[in-house]
Amino acid sequence: MEQKALTKVGLIFEKIDPQEVLQKAYKMTSNEIIQAMLDSGLKGRGGAGFPTGLKWKYTAAEKEPDKYIVCNADEGEPGTFKDREILEKVSVKVHGGMAIAGKAIGAKKGIVYLRGEYRYMLPQIMIELSAFHKMIHDIGFDFNIEYRMGSGAYICGEESALFESIEGKRGEPRNKPPYPTVSGVFGKPTSINNVETLVSAMMIINHDAQKFSQYGTKDSRGSKVFSVSGDTPTPGIFELELGMTVQQFVNEFGDGDTKAVQVGGASGFCVPRKKFAETIIGFEGVPTGGSMKLFNSSRSMYNVLHNYLDFFTEESCGQCTPCRVGCQQLLKGIEKVKKHEVKSTYLTELTKLADSMKIAAKCGLGQSVGNAFKSIVGNFREEIIY
Amino acid sequence: MYQVGNLVKELSEKHGRQRESLMPILQDIVIKHSYLTDEAMVEVAKELDISAAEVYGTASFYTFLDTQARGKYVIRICKTITCSMKGKSDIIHTIEEMLRIRVGETTADNQFSLLETNCIGWCHKAPAILINEMPYTELTPEKVSEIIKDYMQK
Repeated sequence: MEQKALTKVGLIFEKIDPQEVLQKAYKMTSNEIIQAMLDSGLKGRGGAGFPTGLKWKYTAAEKEPDKYIVCNADEGEPGTFKDREILEKVSVKVHGGMAIAGKAIGAKKGIVYLRGEYRYMLPQIMIELSAFHKMIHDIGFDFNIEYRMGSGAYICGEESALFESIEGKRGEPRNKPPYPTVSGVFGKPTSINNVETLVSAMMIINHDAQKFSQYGTKDSRGSKVFSVSGDTPTPGIFELELGMTVQQFVNEFGDGDTKAVQVGGASGFCVPRKKFAETIIGFEGVPTGGSMKLFNSSRSMYNVLHNYLDFFTEESCGQCTPCRVGCQQLLKGIEKVKKHEVKSTYLTELTKLADSMKIAAKCGLGQSVGNAFKSIVGNFREEIIY
Repeated sequence: MYQVGNLVKELSEKHGRQRESLMPILQDIVIKHSYLTDEAMVEVAKELDISAAEVYGTASFYTFLDTQARGKYVIRICKTITCSMKGKSDIIHTIEEMLRIRVGETTADNQFSLLETNCIGWCHKAPAILINEMPYTELTPEKVSEIIKDYMQK
């Protein structure tokens, strides 16, 4: 498998002249912008990894005159904080990416859904947004952005739950299909993109598709902003080329005693030390929205798993039974195993439950609870039992 | 308890009276009064011409749209894994001692409520808390007691 060295990249925070980039984008046709995204190989940076060019292409193909660009800034995955830093430092690139996306799909309206925990940022962003609006209207763009706030619900990071929330309802995920490209917010064709994806789109227009696609591997093009936390001497955010192994990552960020890395947050995968060398960080190995948590040998993986399951139990929207009941039972189950109220083989039953949730849960939340559960129980079984 | 007075009318003028105006209106009431009373929710329902059950159903879905009485300053301590690893319990203990309340409770003078919350996006600067909308990070017991003291004098 193709593998890359750990290389620090500086695209996301690179100093650019936003006006120049947007003038360039304004002169491009919808097809040219979409083609640039397709050529770059850019995949969604929220974690799911859907090709951005395709998402824009599908939304552009819809005949409906009213369309929306929605920026998903409901960064709730435990261990991610990159979107907050991006919005704090380069909000103009996020807004610019939305204007470019709007040009590509034929949308005049953009909505940023910002998580309630980040409300303190809003006054500064509003100042920057009004300067941004003036700049793009001078260029000729017919595009406006508004902000909607979340109120502390992790599930609203799920795209259809996010639409429900913007519409003033409970943030409960919808059935799919129809997909957002056909029927998104207010029932209109919508392209919903992560904060970082929109910045990458802006940088692809600034340079070209080739500059972006020279980084990374066949399946994971470009660079990615990682949120590094846990047992590390250097916590923070780092933009790295995709395609490195967990081992290379640990060599750079570990404290010398790293026993496990949780890649992709509570809904992601736990990689134990013995698998560091063979596991690639990217869509061909462990995909991630950027959350990287390091645990050293002083940490109990039971506590880690318990913390994640407690998180999911609270954040499950409760709409579908597999997730609502499944999360609670997994949490109660490991507590019983720990207290030796049941035999350790009960973990096998719980693993079957996690598998069922993957198949039966309605949305990504319930479907991914099993990722952390299975990878932690599978690799650290003795720590769960004793 | 607080009296909503003209607040709901003012907010409906500002945000509109569509269904999509509901969240911004409820959020602004919470910014002003920390929580939603039954009376406030009924007023919102009247203004938006939807049922009070719809308003309560929406509000009760969201952690930050509290329908229980809260103090003027709501302290939310992040309990997710990194904050929990980096000394969250010491921070809780310090605040509990200072305010003489437990997690989930409100002080008798209705100034402070103490709650736990899920990841607030400051894992690299753990442990972290929110007081209303302001984040405070890289806390130590000393640092957090200074912060709480400042709020007590406000």
